[in-house]
Amino acid sequence: MTYAIHVEGLGKRYRLGHRTEPYRTLRDEIAGRFKRRRPKEAKDDILWALRDLSFDVKEGEVLGVIGANGAGKSTLLKVLSRLTEPTEGRAILRGRVGSLLEVGTGFHPELTGRENIYLNGAMLGMRKAQIDRKFDEIVAFAETERFLDTPVKRYSSGMYVRLAFAVAAHLEPEILVVDEVLAVGDADFQRKCLGRMGSVAREGRTVLFVSHNMGAVKSLCTRAIVLRGGKLVADGTTDQAVAAYLGSGTASGAEGEIPDDVSRLGNGDALLRRVELRGPDGQPTDQLFLGQPFTVMAWFQARKGIDEVMVEIGISTIEGERVATVFNTDRLGEPYCLQEGLNQISCSFEVDLLPRDYVLDISVHRVSGATLDWVERALRFSALNVAADSGDHYRPAQVRGFVRPRTNWGGPR
Amino acid sequence: MTSTYSAEDAPLIIQRSEGWAALQLGDLWHYRELLFFLTWRDVKVRYKQSILGLSWVVIQPVVVMIIFSLIFGQFAHLPSNGIPYPIFTFAALLPWLLFSGSLSRAGSSLVQNSSLITKVYFPRLLVPLAAVLAGLVDFAVSLSVLLVLMIGYRITPGWQLLALPAATLLATLAALGFGVWLSALNVQFRDVQFVLPWFVQVLFFLSPIAYSTQLIPGGRAQLLYALNPMVGVIEMFRWSLFGGAPPNQFLVAAIVVTVVVLVTGLFYFRRMERTFADVV
Repeated sequence: MTYAIHVEGLGKRYRLGHRTEPYRTLRDEIAGRFKRRRPKEAKDDILWALRDLSFDVKEGEVLGVIGANGAGKSTLLKVLSRLTEPTEGRAILRGRVGSLLEVGTGFHPELTGRENIYLNGAMLGMRKAQIDRKFDEIVAFAETERFLDTPVKRYSSGMYVRLAFAVAAHLEPEILVVDEVLAVGDADFQRKCLGRMGSVAREGRTVLFVSHNMGAVKSLCTRAIVLRGGKLVADGTTDQAVAAYLGSGTASGAEGEIPDDVSRLGNGDALLRRVELRGPDGQPTDQLFLGQPFTVMAWFQARKGIDEVMVEIGISTIEGERVATVFNTDRLGEPYCLQEGLNQISCSFEVDLLPRDYVLDISVHRVSGATLDWVERALRFSALNVAADSGDHYRPAQVRGFVRPRTNWGGPR
Repeated sequence: MTSTYSAEDAPLIIQRSEGWAALQLGDLWHYRELLFFLTWRDVKVRYKQSILGLSWVVIQPVVVMIIFSLIFGQFAHLPSNGIPYPIFTFAALLPWLLFSGSLSRAGSSLVQNSSLITKVYFPRLLVPLAAVLAGLVDFAVSLSVLLVLMIGYRITPGWQLLALPAATLLATLAALGFGVWLSALNVQFRDVQFVLPWFVQVLFFLSPIAYSTQLIPGGRAQLLYALNPMVGVIEMFRWSLFGGAPPNQFLVAAIVVTVVVLVTGLFYFRRMERTFADVV
């Protein structure tokens, strides 16, 4: 069998200190030399972002990689892109590899569009002659002809992203490794990018596509693998894999204890332990009637007292599309001070979610930016198509959109 | 996005490497176009949105030259080997600014380009290398001022002028050697950001820019003094312009120190390179 990518027993270990501290100073290092003598450090501070991962990708195959945050997707991309070395195991790649972890890598705000096309192209591994040849095509794709000689710092963010993607889209590697770069730009442009990805796939190139967006995975990939906690948990047709991923919500509904081994990101100073969704009667539930207010309760275990804390609750569809994001600091709300031990947090929502299945993504950060913990799909629930007293229905059979705003209408009766 | 320019039949094997790695300088050649673009970016971006732009390259050494000429030449009467003091000090300022500018930029280059390092694969050595090469452009511009001064003072260089490119190369390699060390250290230890300006300043006083090496007593002190490779570089630079006795000992010391620093720096860099993306 000819494979383009062969991964066997791949593992990547991080020392947590390395990951969370922005940098080390010489003093830390010297202090660390002495500390290491003590045998304690071991378990707590080590995180296997990937462990014992094996899979093959055939030539011309388009493989989707799905998983929650912290499942190891990004680490896998970094290893395959040679940004970081694996701790164990190996990967063999046959053919020229192009990896796209971000659009516009190396773009410099002071340089013009034209200059950035060359710089970015070279960074992505294109030869100058190749860029010359593709130049007009890139510019046409980005729709920025008029601004070619303007510094990109004067571009609108949409133009910037279009130009950046256009360069990336015209690479011609044999193996393409792509992160969720499609989650940028306006809807039209996203569609164009997806189309471009599709044609790359049809040209017989091998693609490894990492995404949260189940729709995109389903439309692009023939096969998919699911990662959880750095391990491979499913490998099969895209439909099978997506089903395995969607079924793997860490808790099924109403109330959920969050197990220790769930995929999570953050430095671990506070850990999400339990989540509940409560209806208007204050009882845990996993079903919301149409238009019903609800409250999310979350419990965080803090390792020590932590001040200046922001809690973030995201509501996403079960396919992974974010519907809403709220912080306790919204509208100038005060940050929280977590006490050592268990802390209870509640957040009541007044929003009419349209009927479909949803998940809650819950994270906790310092106001200064450090993430303490971040659990995706912490809880799963459904919004029903009918009000509690069955007097209100959402009419269209196929739901479009996510929320029903409170509205006042005028018109003939 | 990165392309590895590997041949079709040679698969790329990604696995853990241990200990000291080969330098693989051939890789740099494969990425020469990227090196060109990085250098070009550094040059281009540096003087954007500054009114005087590239003329800063000229203004800085000229002002220093005037101050030194007044204080050390006129007031303190420092010896200048029989050469008019302004051009004596300017001939040293040129290689010094090439060295110190390149070194400062190279030292912080990896940290400043962390967004590249965490997103794209390419030989990391390109980053400090581009920072050093960009310094050569400034140098070429300020060289024209030297030319004007030479004409003004009616100094005609002899055959020794042929050594000027070699002196320039030595200054560049010395900057690269220290730059490679400091940039790799800076990824892990931000202390380097504090050390770097101080280090440059210390070397400035230890280089014969405002004064002549004649002031340095012989023997052990001179040997120690010669460990600063810029002593040899500057002496060679002056010799190539003004002639006189060739600075043999200083030059040998400069070459030895430069080679040692550069080679060890390259190996250290290669060893640390694989963790840059995780640590930076």
